[in-house]
Amino acid sequence: MAWFLRSKKNIQDSVQREMPDGLWTKCPSCGEVIYKNELEENFYLCHKCSFHFRIGSKEYIDILFDENTFSETNTNIRSTDPLKFVDSKTYTSRIDAAYKTSGVDEALTTGIGQIAGRTVSFGCMNFNFIGGSMGSVVGEKFFIAAKYALENKTPFIIISATGGARMQEAALSLMQMAKTSAILSVLAEQGIPFISILTDPTTGGVSASYGMLGDIIIAEPGALIGFAGPRVIEQTIKRKLPEGFQRAEFVLEHGFVDFVAQRNELRNIIIKVIDWFMA
Amino acid sequence: MLEFEKPISELEKKVDEMRQLSTTVDLSDSIHELEKKVEELRESIYRDLTPWQRVQIARHPERPITSDYLANVFTDFIELHGDRSIGDDPAIIGGMGKLEGQPVMIIGHQKGRDTKSNVKRNFGMANPQGYRKANRLFHLAEKFKRPIITLLDTPGAYPGIEAEERGQAEAIAKNLLQMASLKVPIIVVIIGEGASGGAIGLGVGDRILMFENAWYSVISPESCSSILWRSWDFKEQAATALKLTAMDLKEVNVIDKILPEPIGGGHRDHNQMFATLKSALIAELTELNKIPADKLVDQRREKFYNMGSWITK
Ligand SMILES: [Zn+2]
Repeated sequence: MAWFLRSKKNIQDSVQREMPDGLWTKCPSCGEVIYKNELEENFYLCHKCSFHFRIGSKEYIDILFDENTFSETNTNIRSTDPLKFVDSKTYTSRIDAAYKTSGVDEALTTGIGQIAGRTVSFGCMNFNFIGGSMGSVVGEKFFIAAKYALENKTPFIIISATGGARMQEAALSLMQMAKTSAILSVLAEQGIPFISILTDPTTGGVSASYGMLGDIIIAEPGALIGFAGPRVIEQTIKRKLPEGFQRAEFVLEHGFVDFVAQRNELRNIIIKVIDWFMA
Repeated sequence: MLEFEKPISELEKKVDEMRQLSTTVDLSDSIHELEKKVEELRESIYRDLTPWQRVQIARHPERPITSDYLANVFTDFIELHGDRSIGDDPAIIGGMGKLEGQPVMIIGHQKGRDTKSNVKRNFGMANPQGYRKANRLFHLAEKFKRPIITLLDTPGAYPGIEAEERGQAEAIAKNLLQMASLKVPIIVVIIGEGASGGAIGLGVGDRILMFENAWYSVISPESCSSILWRSWDFKEQAATALKLTAMDLKEVNVIDKILPEPIGGGHRDHNQMFATLKSALIAELTELNKIPADKLVDQRREKFYNMGSWITK
């Protein structure tokens, strides 16, 4: 639930917002000055230290799919503000603002495409849409994409980038954890492979549902992966967390992901994984 | 005593004072009248509870907790410990028991009664080994075709270092997956607090029941206030905005039934709470027992597929 707390101070956010404007950017990890087109060609990795810049669904689709094979689905599903949620702003106005600033229509983009000639049902979360939070629309798009995989016997791949469940849909967001897990239980019974890719960050209600339910779970280097956000933990235990806590390498060491893959190797490793499942 | 109950207790104090006086003078009429006023006041306060007041009732230190229901609703309860991997989590308890003669598996979050027992129970905030113990008991119940009853009462899964190291997220996720597949009836009851992933980690079932003054949401009003209002002071507004009461959740089909509480809240009459839960469970189980296992699982999945609110343009 800590997406809001995190995003306020996250350097990567400001970098990403600036990227479309400036010609160059600075690596938040090592300070290296990198030209934007160079960054694009290098999978949005720092050429010096391999820092993984945060990217959205459009970039991941370019990286993973065979050229001109991807078609987006379920772009017509919209939130209804079922609880008429109001804090300092209305939920409806937050959603309207998110449409405008993010360039995507929800925190999850779904579609069908080919990876090395094999059809895949795919979804990728957009952290820049209300912190990549999961509400009813994310749940429903996930559900339809999973059903496509089930009915067409294709692998199902989801890339997560999220602070967890969407607060403005309260209990209905919480129920999306059960909804997405329920359809995954059917995929499991039918032998449809589900590949879960965890990027920075994957926490809260998403890590505690489909994020951690992959037949194969892959993490990007340095990604924050956990249930509770680091600040909530620090408030609870009243001390600083050790360096590297909840990072992909830490999560690997504790046995909760299958492997860590650099973004420039992601497509090749997915091709091999899918081949093992589908050959 | 809760803040909003102060006027009631002040009036009750007056009744006591008059009783003491009445040993010398006959005040029985006035006492009787004042007692009536106390009840009227209680009723009027409890008729229009705000969501935040209900949150306070759900947290009342004398409200029945899981162990109370185990002792008073079920018979022959035997607690089963441990996740068979790293330990036993006292914040989730479970075991075999009987409901009106039918063998069932009961699992619930366990809070304490006082500071000492609350420390032992970690205030009902479970660690991964708690969710994994529950998962083990789910499978045991399924293996021997015993229905499962879960009792939800937690301020959230524990946000600690070891909890993260041991895969809190994975432990909860696995429970969601398993509960969606178990071929035995599952009845979920929110008895007190139902906060976040820590609650739904025991919360997937065929029937979701909720006590009148329990609350269920993605986050506590306090944390919601601190994140969205950037201050801890807006918990009352947050409680309202989150639509976390049983009445609100029935409206959006997150729960199936509201279990009524005595006027004044569950802490005022434990026996009534036990009786209400017992008859509700028996009624639901009688229905669920008739449904073939495969159909039961299909219906359960369908129930959760339909949860949420969206439109297709
Ligand atoms: Zn760098």
